[in-house]
Formats: sequence, structure tokens, C-alpha cells
Amino acid sequence: MNVDSIQNGVVIDHIEAGCGMKLYKLLGLDALDVSVALIKNVQSRKMGKKDIIKIDADINVSLDVIGYVDPGATVNIIKNGKLTEKLSIDMPDILVNVIKCKNPRCITSCEQELDQVFRLSDKNSKEYRCIYCETKATP
Amino acid sequence: MRSVIDIVDLTTEELDGLIETAVDIIENPQKYSEICHGKKLATLFFEPSTRTRMSFEAAMYELGGNVISMTDAGSSSAAKGESVADTAKTVSCYADIIAMRHPKEGAAYVAAKAASIPVINAGDGGHCHPTQTLADLLTIYREKGGFNNLTVGLCGDLKFGRTVHSLINALSRYEKIKYVLISPEELKLPSYVKRDSIKSRNIPYIQTTELESVMPELDILYMTRVQRERFFNEEDYLRLKDSYILTPDKLQNAKKNLSIMHPLPRVNEISVSIDDDERACYFKQVLNGKYMRMALILKLLKEAGTI
Repeated sequence: MNVDSIQNGVVIDHIEAGCGMKLYKLLGLDALDVSVALIKNVQSRKMGKKDIIKIDADINVSLDVIGYVDPGATVNIIKNGKLTEKLSIDMPDILVNVIKCKNPRCITSCEQELDQVFRLSDKNSKEYRCIYCETKATP
Repeated sequence: MRSVIDIVDLTTEELDGLIETAVDIIENPQKYSEICHGKKLATLFFEPSTRTRMSFEAAMYELGGNVISMTDAGSSSAAKGESVADTAKTVSCYADIIAMRHPKEGAAYVAAKAASIPVINAGDGGHCHPTQTLADLLTIYREKGGFNNLTVGLCGDLKFGRTVHSLINALSRYEKIKYVLISPEELKLPSYVKRDSIKSRNIPYIQTTELESVMPELDILYMTRVQRERFFNEEDYLRLKDSYILTPDKLQNAKKNLSIMHPLPRVNEISVSIDDDERACYFKQVLNGKYMRMALILKLLKEAGTI
């Protein structure tokens, strides 16, 4: 399968296969009025299979969101058809308004104006917990 | 502004300092009887509580201070839809310190972020209840003379029991503690509590569903109530609520200096026939709770520069 190269934009590569759609949604790419390609299950020598997202526009993507979904992903910035920057990704210590707490007893369930804030509680297991009620974030 | 939402907000040195103050209050009450003169504690209780609210109020009165209360959330501004943050900001204009209980987890954290005076979490749903842990610690200190070399049995609802999680966090900071975790399969201690407070510190523990078989090992037996309000499913509650009932015959093999504790209120987990046993400490916990709340109010008001 071929997808055209982009001239100016962002390529999120080496996304764990199956995580591309989640990342697409959490980055809010569905709301963008630009060309976006989500390519699933691309053959990869290193990973076996991977997902790729290509955004044909010079926009800022949230590295925190990418780090939360898949810290192994890579972000390439393309300008005039050339790779100009490779951004390093790490799991963010704090996630603000990316995911919602699902605990019905959490204060955020009844006070909607509160920011949804999660803290990285265990890097090894990629575990995030709500800062209000300490409930573990679930996909 | 310094607030106390969770027991982890207090360092081990601070816990020791609070105990030291509480012991001094017990030995020299007159020294403290006017120390908060002219200062006000606001008790904001968004859900019913008898002992905790009264304990805070008694604590402030014994420090010579005054109390203003919101005891019925149904007739307060909260019923009109006011946010916790706005309530905390408003009450900051009237009082010097807040003790707050709220059914939603994290509510005290929100209040503390918004308030310009110290906030003490008096219970936020099933999440934290740090002053109960302070009461537990003073009780253990007074009964055992310290916290090292103790085998602590925790029995009942170890999953939703917030007092258990906080107590484990506090006791795990001391040396040669051993835990015996006694619960039904469905109410076992959550894995993250085990990971963060027990395993990470290489503290020995055993998990069991049997109370009687481990009884002879225990220095402390901390009983808990299976709380109806923590269950989404009434059937589960009914099935599990009578899992452990402590009766005199179950204490036959217990140590003579065992300390039997319970955060109260109890339903039927401890038979009233045990109340006269000198090993029963649960009403001592209530009294110790007041002294520790006095010590905490003093500490936070001093840090805020109010007294």
C-alpha cells in the first residue's frame, strides 16, 4: 500500500500496531480539516507490525498524548519534503485533559469544570492514576 | 498553604512530632486550653458523620477556639450547585482552618487547592481519612510504646477500607513491621497498595482468609467494617458483610497483650462481649483521635502563621 509523501507536516512512526486509532482520536485529528493518513499494520523489520500517522499540515501535536499512548513512537517533522527534526518521546509525568477518570465516585464526575489530571504512578507498567481519587486510568 | 489530604502528606518526622504534641496535650492540657483563642475551625460535612465532626469540634474547643459548621449539605449552597472550590474560597473568608468531609473522592484536594487557609481532609468518600490514621498511630504508640517489631493483622474489607490503606502506608515507614492481611478473596488489599507500601519496602506479609489460624501471631488486630456505601451491588454486600465476626472464643489463642482496634462505627464485626476485655482499644482510638486532631490543628495553624 502506498501513501504519498508529505511536503510539510508531521509523521508519527513506529506506533505499536493497534494503537494508531487511539492516538488518532486522542490527538483530535478527526476534527482537523487537513489530510491525515492512518496506516495500520504496516510491515516493520524492527516491530513486525506497526501503525503510522501522516498529517499533511504544519501543526503542533501533543507529545504528552503520544508519550501516554506509546512512548516508543517517533515523531518526524517534515518541511519542504525533507525530514528536519526528530522529536524524542517520553511518558509524561502529568496528563491534563487527555483522558477522563471513570470512577463514578471521583469529584470530577460531578464537577465538570475541573481539569482531568492524571499522574504517572508506575513507569514500568505505564500506570497513570487520577490525582483526585487515585483511580487507575483504563483504556 | 499547607493542608493535609492524605497521610502521605506527612513525613515520618512530622508523624512523630504530632504524636509528641498529642502526648504533651494529654499530660498538660492546661498549657493548650487557650492557645487557639479567637480562632475558628469551619467543619464542612457534605455527608453525615457523628464522631469525626464532633471530634474536630471538641478538639478546637479544647484548644480554646471556636467552631462554625455546615452540617447539612442538603440546605447549603452545595445543594444549589456551588462547586467545592467556591465553597472553600468562601469559607476561607470566615474561618482560620477547615475540616471537610465529602462523599466524592478528591473533594478535599480540590478544596485545598482553592482555599487560602489550611484544609484537613476529614474523609473523602472511600479515598482518604488521614486523621483516623493519626488516631490509630497514637493508639498503637500508647499501647505498644512505639511502632517497631510489630505483627499487625488487618481484617475485613481491605479493598475499600481507606483506613487500612493509610495505616499500612504509615506503619510501613517503621522497622520490622510484619503484616497479616485477612480478608475474603473479593476484598483483598489492592495490588497497588501492596506494591507501593509493602513490597517496595521489602516488608514481610501473608494473605489469608482465616482469622483464627493467624490469631496467635498478632500484636495488633485491626478489624474493619464491610461498608454498604462502598458497594455498587447490594447482593455482594449482603454476601460479604458477615465474613468476620470477632467473638471471645476466637481470642482464646491470642496474645495476652494483643491490641484490638477498629476505626468505628462497628456493626457486628466485634461482639459487644469483647468491650470489657482489656485488650479492646477501639474506644481509646476515639479519644486519641481528638488529641491527634488537636495536634494537627495546632501544627497547621502554626505553619500558616495564624497562631
